[in-house]
Amino acid sequence: MNPVQLIIDSLALGSQYALVALGIGLIFGVMRMINFAQGDLITFGAYILVVPTVADVAPAMVAALPAPLLIGATVAVVAVAALLTERLAFRSVRRKGADGATLLITSFAIGYFIQSVILFLHTGRPKSVSILPDLSQQITFGGIRLALVDLVTIFTSLGLLLLVGLFLNRTRGGIALRAAAEDFLMARLIGVKADRVIALAFLVSGGLAGSVTLMFVAKTGVLDFRMGVPLAIAGFVATVIGGMGSLTGAVLGGFALGLASTLLQALLPADLRPSRDAFLYGLVIFVLLVRPQGLFVFGPGRERV
Amino acid sequence: MTLLSVERLSVRYGPIVAVRDLTLHVDTGEIVCLVGPNGAGKSSTTLAIAGALRPAAGRIELDGRDISGQTAERLAAVGISLVPEGRRIFGRMTVQDNLIAACLPGRRPADDPGIFDLFPVLRSRMGQLAGLLSGGEQQQLAIARAMLRKPRLMIVDEPSLGLSPRFVGIVFDALRHLRDQGVSLLIVEQSARRALGLADRIYLMRSGTVMMTGRSVSLATDPSFESAYFGKENAE
Repeated sequence: MNPVQLIIDSLALGSQYALVALGIGLIFGVMRMINFAQGDLITFGAYILVVPTVADVAPAMVAALPAPLLIGATVAVVAVAALLTERLAFRSVRRKGADGATLLITSFAIGYFIQSVILFLHTGRPKSVSILPDLSQQITFGGIRLALVDLVTIFTSLGLLLLVGLFLNRTRGGIALRAAAEDFLMARLIGVKADRVIALAFLVSGGLAGSVTLMFVAKTGVLDFRMGVPLAIAGFVATVIGGMGSLTGAVLGGFALGLASTLLQALLPADLRPSRDAFLYGLVIFVLLVRPQGLFVFGPGRERV
Repeated sequence: MTLLSVERLSVRYGPIVAVRDLTLHVDTGEIVCLVGPNGAGKSSTTLAIAGALRPAAGRIELDGRDISGQTAERLAAVGISLVPEGRRIFGRMTVQDNLIAACLPGRRPADDPGIFDLFPVLRSRMGQLAGLLSGGEQQQLAIARAMLRKPRLMIVDEPSLGLSPRFVGIVFDALRHLRDQGVSLLIVEQSARRALGLADRIYLMRSGTVMMTGRSVSLATDPSFESAYFGKENAE
């Protein structure tokens, strides 16, 4: 494979992982909980694109809207859904003083709930949907054929990362979110409202999940009721290899995972390629053995007194 | 006039009773010090008043209104600011962002130039990561952050701990200045000598309860205060 193509492929995959990892990292920051339902929110976003039906071919629903509305609606609906999981499930559990493990189980329950509802409304058969057809063309650039959807995915992701960065560093809400992520009690002592800052984390995280939905479906055109699960796992792994608690680390971890995955796919002998993920996660174990604090954590540890 | 009134407060950590039947009050515009040896329950008292710990029993009133058991953020909104043990500045954020996080809605640190008059060093450190400040600078940042809340009651846990005499001077001067502005202060101070120099009134705590109380000027010459505090502890 051409090296430029390889780079584009790995950046496109890595940027989806990075956005999922950022979404997981934002919520981990304020709740010390890994939200595994993040992947199922991506799935949920994908299924609102089509009308619920048991038939093999599903008519377009949100997918029938013009592109700007389609994008806006998907992102907004997933963001609101993420907010609802917080409001209806996590908040009550959290208020009862539940620990991280209980919250983690809650996130699994929400994930399976979403999957089951989809299974009930849409059946478990994979369905196909076409969105943003303009993106499916190939462009030729210096003799190299590149998928437009990959380039758009990369640039949109970089734009979103920049936006979230600006939000975290330049706005009151973002600064409050970072303060809460560093020391939740102290943030409350200076007046940061716990419920509000957590809701904000879910809202941003949900918006990111909705964006990943669009990128993923625009590329594959396939809906499956478990399609988000591998993304959530990749996002979680990215936050761990990036260094738990560091958002920059989570994003870099996402890109690293995308790069490793694409390289393995390209460089493994053909008969080993189906086992690519075995090599990928073997590599992850190796990384964690060598750098248990995460790849992108430098200097003294996070805990300073 | 009484601003804070605490009656028969108890704080527990599971089966361990940290504070038992503690009663104290702080008047408007006075500095009250809690002194006592390690484990006397001083920090637990401050955490309970600020809403960081839920009291097991007792009643806490601010301006005659019952505020017992309210959340930390709610108490921050009604005018209680706690600078807790260890300062707990946000070390991975800049000095500026530490201050912005504490500002009242719609305000910015620059709207309160008073904090930079008291702590000029903060102005020159705005872009620096707060975790890289010296201990004395971190303490100044922590107090400045609490000041931005425009508190009626500021609670400071061990403001002089680990600080050089020069920084203790800066910090204590700032606390006196706040008192003169009408803020009430409840300060935990392990050193009885320093507390006598700073406070208007003192509560001496031991084993989770108040052993003795009085005005600093009278306690300073009261031999029973000395023996109650210094008797079993290393004298400063």
